[in-house]
Parts: sequence; C-alpha cells; structure tokens
Amino acid sequence: MTVVSSTKDPATLTLTLVADFDASPERVWDVWEDPRKLERWWGPPTYPATFTRHEFVVGGESRYFMTGPSGETPRGWWRIKAIEKPHLLEFANGFAGDDGEPAPGIEPAAGHVTFEAVGSGTRMTTVTHFVDVAQMETMLGMGMQEGMAQAIGQIDALLVQSPV
Amino acid sequence: MVVDSLTADATDRIFQALADATRRDILVRVILREQSVSALARQYQMSFAAVQKHVAVLERALLVTKTRSGREQIVRGNASTLHTAATLLEAYEQLWIERATQIADVLAGEEGDTA
Repeated sequence: MTVVSSTKDPATLTLTLVADFDASPERVWDVWEDPRKLERWWGPPTYPATFTRHEFVVGGESRYFMTGPSGETPRGWWRIKAIEKPHLLEFANGFAGDDGEPAPGIEPAAGHVTFEAVGSGTRMTTVTHFVDVAQMETMLGMGMQEGMAQAIGQIDALLVQSPV
Repeated sequence: MVVDSLTADATDRIFQALADATRRDILVRVILREQSVSALARQYQMSFAAVQKHVAVLERALLVTKTRSGREQIVRGNASTLHTAATLLEAYEQLWIERATQIADVLAGEEGDTA
C-alpha cells in the first residue's frame, strides 16, 4: 500500500487521502461492502469496529460500535448516498448515542470514495468533509485519541511508503 | 507537511508540544471538555506542578488557552477555528492512513483465496 498524497484543508474542513493498493478495484470495493472485512479496518487498531447492520445500497444504513482499550464502546452510523460498484461510494458518517441511533444535533461527516484501476492495482481516493469543528471534536472522541497520539510522529508522512 | 496558514515556528511549537504523550492526552481532554488544571491533575500520577508545566507548553503552542475563574485556572482547547481544525485534521489524516494500512492487510490476507 502506498499513500500517494494526503491533503488537509482547514478552511473547508476537508481531508483527502489517495492510496494505491495492489489489488483490483473489485477486491478493494469488497473491503467496504463486506461488513466482516470492513470491521477489520474501519476502527483504529486499538478501537476495533463491529458492524451490527450494514445495508450496502443507496439509502441503506449501517450501525457500528468500536471497542476501546478500557471497554468503552463509542457508536456510529452510516447512511449510503450513492453507489456505483466498483467505482464510487458516497456516505454520511455520524456519531450515535448509547442506543446506537444517530445522535440528534450532530451533523454527520460526508465521505466520498472513488476507486480507479491503475495498472494492475487500484487507486482509492477518500474525501472526508466535515461540517464544523464541533462535529470534528465530537467524532474525535470516538476512539480518535489514539489517532491524535500517533499523528504527531507522522508530520513528515505526506508521502508514506510501506510494503504491503 | 506544514500545516497551512501557520508559520514554521508556530508549527514547530505545536509539534514539540504534541511530542509528549501526557500533553496529547491533556489536549484531547480539554478539546472535548474544558476543565481546571486541578481537575486535570487528579487524572494523572504526577504532581500538580508537573501537570501545570505541561499545560504551559500547550499554551505556548496556542493549542490551549487558560483563564482564571476564582481560584481555578480553566483550560480549554484553543478557540481559533482554523487552528483547531488543522490539529483535528492531523488526527483524521492519521486515522485514514491507518485505515489504508489495515485495508492492505485485509487484502494481503486474502491472497491465495478465491480473489
């Protein structure tokens, strides 16, 4: 896997990550569609995700929780806005309350993912757009502390190369 | 990778401030909820003075602000939206890099399967 580029735009609260995988678009798509594969990567390593619902169709909804190191279980949800297998996926990703349902008053983040065949592999571009800083802070509470902790050593990671 | 719209010096101070696990932890706590230095100090196995020192480093990096309320010093994440957004985007960036790495692991684990 190669991170081709990562772009942060604080003015529009948008993060764009472009990564290349040594697998076909169909296989990369499948790690999003298959909930058992999805839960192996959606949560940070210390906050593995469990998807209890995953309706991978336009208008479909997902529910998940993550299990933190102290046993806490922050919850989240998706709502799928667009699907063009295996090229495009758009979804809303929000913070859920203890009942697992979307928390009122917290806007979801918008995710826009594209998959493009490049040689024998796939270029995956994920664009995450946040509505406001309050939303980012709330979602940061969902197991993102670890991400924050690790962000720092990565300041030069604009072009991270790591073996598959 | 320089955080847009911050000077190199300011960026250096930010990352120096964030180079310590306790300071990162303090920052996340006060971003999520403002609290007093003494409330923070109760959450760590270190002296009040040591926690206060960490807060001061975060303050110099403009990551937190400290205001006095009676006898308490209240610490909160910096209200500067762009600044906070840049810090949070760093965290999300790292999250997505981790996700991409884990996707590669899932894909590698499938090789030899039906793929």
